Amino acid sequence: MTPAREAGGDRGAPAREAGGDRGAPAREAGGDRGAPAREAGADQGSVLSVVGLRAGVPEREILEGIDLELRSGEVHAVMGPNGSGKSTLAHVLMGRPGIRVTAGGVSLDGIDLLALPTWKRAQAGLFLLPQYPTEVPGVSLDDALGEALTAAGRDRAEVPELVAAEASRIGFDPRFLDRPLNVDLSGGEKKRNETVQLGVLGPRFAVLDEVDSGLDIDALRAVARRIEAATTESNLGVLAITHYTRLLHVLRADAVHVLVRGSIVASGGPELAEELEQTGYAPYGVDERGT
Amino acid sequence: MTTPSTEFTADAAAALPGPAWMQQRRADALARFEARALPTEAEEVWRYSRIDELDLSAYRPVVAREAPTGLPAAVTAVADAAGPRSGLLVMRDGRLSHAELRDDLSAKGVVLGSLLQAAPDEGAEVLGAVAGAPDAFVELATAFLGEAAFVRVPSKVELDAPLVVVHWLDTDGGAVFPRTLVQVGESSQAGVIEVAASDDVAGLAAPVVELDVGDAANLAYLGLQQLGSRVWQVAYQASRVGRDASLRSFTAALGGGYARLRTDSRLAGQGGSTQLMAAFFGAGDQMHDFRTLQDHDAPRTTSDLLFKGAVRDRARSVYSGLIRIRHGAHGSNAFQTNRNLVLSEGAHADSVPNLEIEENDVRCSHASTVGPIDEEQRYYLESRGVPPAAADRLIVGGFFGDILDRAPAPGVRARLRQAVNDRLESD
Ligand SMILES: Nc1ncnc2c1ncn2[C@@H]1O[C@H](COP(=O)(O)OP(=O)(O)OP(=O)(O)O)[C@@H](O)[C@H]1O
Ligand SMILES: [Mg+2]
Repeated sequence: MTPAREAGGDRGAPAREAGGDRGAPAREAGGDRGAPAREAGADQGSVLSVVGLRAGVPEREILEGIDLELRSGEVHAVMGPNGSGKSTLAHVLMGRPGIRVTAGGVSLDGIDLLALPTWKRAQAGLFLLPQYPTEVPGVSLDDALGEALTAAGRDRAEVPELVAAEASRIGFDPRFLDRPLNVDLSGGEKKRNETVQLGVLGPRFAVLDEVDSGLDIDALRAVARRIEAATTESNLGVLAITHYTRLLHVLRADAVHVLVRGSIVASGGPELAEELEQTGYAPYGVDERGT
Repeated sequence: MTTPSTEFTADAAAALPGPAWMQQRRADALARFEARALPTEAEEVWRYSRIDELDLSAYRPVVAREAPTGLPAAVTAVADAAGPRSGLLVMRDGRLSHAELRDDLSAKGVVLGSLLQAAPDEGAEVLGAVAGAPDAFVELATAFLGEAAFVRVPSKVELDAPLVVVHWLDTDGGAVFPRTLVQVGESSQAGVIEVAASDDVAGLAAPVVELDVGDAANLAYLGLQQLGSRVWQVAYQASRVGRDASLRSFTAALGGGYARLRTDSRLAGQGGSTQLMAAFFGAGDQMHDFRTLQDHDAPRTTSDLLFKGAVRDRARSVYSGLIRIRHGAHGSNAFQTNRNLVLSEGAHADSVPNLEIEENDVRCSHASTVGPIDEEQRYYLESRGVPPAAADRLIVGGFFGDILDRAPAPGVRARLRQAVNDRLESD
């Protein structure tokens, strides 16, 4: 088994380099960092666009007008206090039952995602790595990915090999992958299991909802490197929800958005994340109780 | 329930074959049946059942002395699906139709055949040694008992492959009373696979199965119920588990119109243990009805029950179970779990667990759930690009996965998984 710190090659930027004097986004948007490996040169880059999105649960509105534009190969971080609506945003993009959109839209290369059922959003290239991955008793990783690949017109026979390769890239012991999906896995193991799935499915855009929570230091580095690699290898666009800058030291953010009480109250370059680390959310009118 | 047909008469019972003691047993049982009220849904043990709808007069007891000969292809298919076996016994309409047993096992004293032929004299002691007569159907089953399937494994014999017993229901409009008696002698090990199946006939089956597991013996019993959808089944399985003995009983119920199984397992000897499992899946207008009793009657006994089922369309299911720890059964453990998936709006499952404990020093638990496919699980799979129908198939397969993995005959597991899939995807 490859130790976690060796996975992902040498692309990870050391922590002390991140957040330095790079005022501008670390990379340019628009897919100039290399086309997806498996579609050599064919992809001109995609756009995930969120416009004026308002959504909530029947009792109350949680998102009060979100605008975001994420391009292939870009990494946008979303930070914000507990309860500000980050997970709601992640799930509304994926179409979780129970969340109601009241205004605005979401499109992927012009396709109206909100009109599609969840599985078609996934087939269109969206992936959600949830904050709390769901346990599915009795269902194996291979079977689930097999169905997903079949529905995408790919060969499910590839699954075991792809899974093994992805697990080895992040130094994840394959014996965990024989368990039913997420069942009896620790918090960090779940996040690594999810990262394996991301790697196998190869989406265009991934929403990572606190992929860093639960991961130990080495695992976090390995996972972050894997995803950072995907931004160049397959031009993956990433919306990374996080509370800490540690993730962004390896998975370098082009932009950082601050989500407070259902609205994006500030956006900036990676330095914004470092700033928040110092100031907290007080400058955005959030007191210590998070309200 | 309406009055029985005039054909359930003393004359009809007397026409059945067998020695004098058997004739007497039938006559006595018929007298008790006639004196006894037929069950109604007003009784707790028949609550939620469909028994009020049963029209007994629509069925005639099958009184032919001889079974139809030959093995229909469907019977052979059912028997072969069980995989490698030590022997095969086919009963048709409750009559012996075919018996084969490996020579080395007959040489060791293993018996697989008709009780009245294989053990005509001691039969009187074997028949009813384990089963009581909890309701009128069991009396009726004895009153019109044709031949009983008899399995005996003498002491200190270990079977390396199961004995297979097939009960095939042939006659349209027939009432049949299959009886199976299994005796596993001290320190023996055996597996029995019993299949109840039929053509697409209308019929009533009231099978009685008696499992007698001797001290330090080990019995794995697998019952596969795949009767036609126009068959009523009112079945009773009684077991007695001896000292340090163990019974593993697994029932897979996919067939029948209304199919009831009452399972009474008595832990009669210190240190005995029983594992009771069932998997069931009803569609259309089917109803599966399970009543269980884990009866701890000796110290340090263990029972572990897991019943899992699904209903779709307008199908219904009932699970009602009682753990009874009798006075003196100290140091016992009893667990009972029933889980139900309700896959359609019109389908319904009832689950009623119960405890009755007369000892302090015991460990008991019961759990039951009834609900639809978990929306979170479906959403999660869909979020990976799995279409909803495939997601449901995965989740239902996963739901049954752990129980099917515990089916005692590994060769049957894959078939059961397939059967669950087919049931899910059929229209
Ligand atoms: N189903 C629901 N019903 C009612 N309120 C909800 C529901 N789901 C979320 N909320 C509320 O909406 C708000 C936003 O929740 P959300 O999970 O999006 O926050 P978050 O930003 O992801 O927080 P955290 O950083 O703690 O993960 C919270 O106040 C939460 O309690
Ligand atoms: Mg959250």
